[in-house]
Amino acid sequence: MPRGGMRRRLVAEKVIKGALALMAGATVVVSVLIVLALFRPAIAFFQDVDIAEFFGSVDWKPLFKPAHFGVWSIVIGSLWVAAIAMVVAIPLGLGAAFYLSEYASSRARTIIKPILEVLAGIPTVVFGFFALNFVNPNLVKKLWPVGDVGTYSVLAAGLVTGIMILPTVASLAEDAMNSVPSALREGAFALGSNKREVSTSVVFPAALSGIVAAIVLAASRAIGETTIAVLAAGSKAQLSFNPGEEGQTMAGFIGFAGIGDQPTGSVGYQSIFAVGALLFVFTLVLNIISIRVVRKFREVYD
Amino acid sequence: MTAAMSLVAVPNRARSVKDLIFKAFLFAGLGIALGALLTLLVNVVVTGSARLNWDLVQNMPSARPKRAGIQSAIFGSLWVVGVTSLISLPLGVGAAVYLEEFATKDRWYNRLIELNVQNLAAIPSVVFGILGLAFIKRGALSLGSTVITASLVLTMLVLPTVVIVSREAIRAVPDSFRQGSLALGATQWETVRRQVLPNAFPGILTGSILSVSRALGESAPLLMLGALTFITFNPTGLDSAYTVLPIQIFAYISNAKKDFEPLAAASIVVLLILLLVLNAAAIYLRNRFQKRW
Repeated sequence: MPRGGMRRRLVAEKVIKGALALMAGATVVVSVLIVLALFRPAIAFFQDVDIAEFFGSVDWKPLFKPAHFGVWSIVIGSLWVAAIAMVVAIPLGLGAAFYLSEYASSRARTIIKPILEVLAGIPTVVFGFFALNFVNPNLVKKLWPVGDVGTYSVLAAGLVTGIMILPTVASLAEDAMNSVPSALREGAFALGSNKREVSTSVVFPAALSGIVAAIVLAASRAIGETTIAVLAAGSKAQLSFNPGEEGQTMAGFIGFAGIGDQPTGSVGYQSIFAVGALLFVFTLVLNIISIRVVRKFREVYD
Repeated sequence: MTAAMSLVAVPNRARSVKDLIFKAFLFAGLGIALGALLTLLVNVVVTGSARLNWDLVQNMPSARPKRAGIQSAIFGSLWVVGVTSLISLPLGVGAAVYLEEFATKDRWYNRLIELNVQNLAAIPSVVFGILGLAFIKRGALSLGSTVITASLVLTMLVLPTVVIVSREAIRAVPDSFRQGSLALGATQWETVRRQVLPNAFPGILTGSILSVSRALGESAPLLMLGALTFITFNPTGLDSAYTVLPIQIFAYISNAKKDFEPLAAASIVVLLILLLVLNAAAIYLRNRFQKRW
């Protein structure tokens, strides 16, 4: 082969490798932009608003006059929605995962898995409609015993968010269960265990790291869910311990304020970024926990 | 009880009750998931049935529910999702090729990129909307509420997913293909282009269609970008104002007039049909081109 041709090929090789590396680097740029976008206006926000008021009070009315900036009522709102969602999604998602991984025939699996995939692919605006037009009037209003339930309720938003993240819990937990080697199951069967005992005493502990990671990831999705919260939880930020009432979440506030098209530089506009930064920190911590749990406690069976 | 006897499974009432409870718990999980899905679908079809006709897709959005449709939203969605795919697919596949084929795993920057992709995939979508609001709609780029603004934001949103699914498809190509190609004197890139990518293509395509279908259903980030206005014309270019199906549905749902409810439900049916078509295409491609090595 002529030397010039070889050199050209090697130069082209380097250029292409560099271009591909730039594309991979673009993903890092996105993260850097997110941090810049959130934290610069958030810092400007805290020059106008006392940080002690932000973290030290519960009255959240940043878009009204007089404005109040106590973030706790929307933080608690987010925690309510996420907690209700987890109460729905953890048992149901794990039940589905145990069934698919330990009990289902391969035929049942080929039918049920795509159905869960369909559920996972339903847009959040559709879930929002479902919460507002079905779950709240037909279930929450009729069955919730405490107080009067209005058009919006934290409970309806939480329940439907739980249905939304159920496939995430189910499919990630099932992956974790599937990666438990069958030799462990066979050992337990040989000792006289039945399927239930194998599931709960062998598969569950062996897959625990993956299951915890699945739950943490699902929690982070529930905390960040915006559209369901805006449509179904309501827009009145209030500190309440009755989930049958309306309430606002952090993500719900961001969506609500975003729709309102706040003028650039106003405190209302900056409050979007302050809450966004807080939400980002919440989900980042959850993501790091999930990645750590998988790395640290994963049983390796090779 | 002797050692020999304990090898025989003894019928035990407490144990079989526990088995039954556990099974009930498993079926409850699936039953409620499937029941919710079914209820949701029946609910939107029944609520929307009165408005499910050609007028819906031919008419433009309007404040008068009887005449309102979703034509501009359908075209807006096609534009936005199309442009998003054109940007995110080459970028995502390129990044995946780099990470799988070229990157040395023990370099800190490659580990950083990996961790970053993992974390990006789990950031709430509304945060991408905030990013778009700060730098693309206003701020540095100031592109306004246009097709290109929405597409750039959705590109950043789906990029990590495209990278993850493309990496899986590339990883599934057996190493023997690469070794054979390299042994014949091909360079690394020639190996990637002639062996790895053609063989990984069906997997990349399937995964990419599924990622892009996420962009089709996404509403939260676009709410941040001022898409929630009545647009009564179809986009004509990248700098056109636009609306998309999820946003138009959001607008109809949040309208206080009761007449908008069937309209919202019927629009949801259209959105779900579009998503179903995309997903069916992905599943068809997966089954058609699935390779086993």
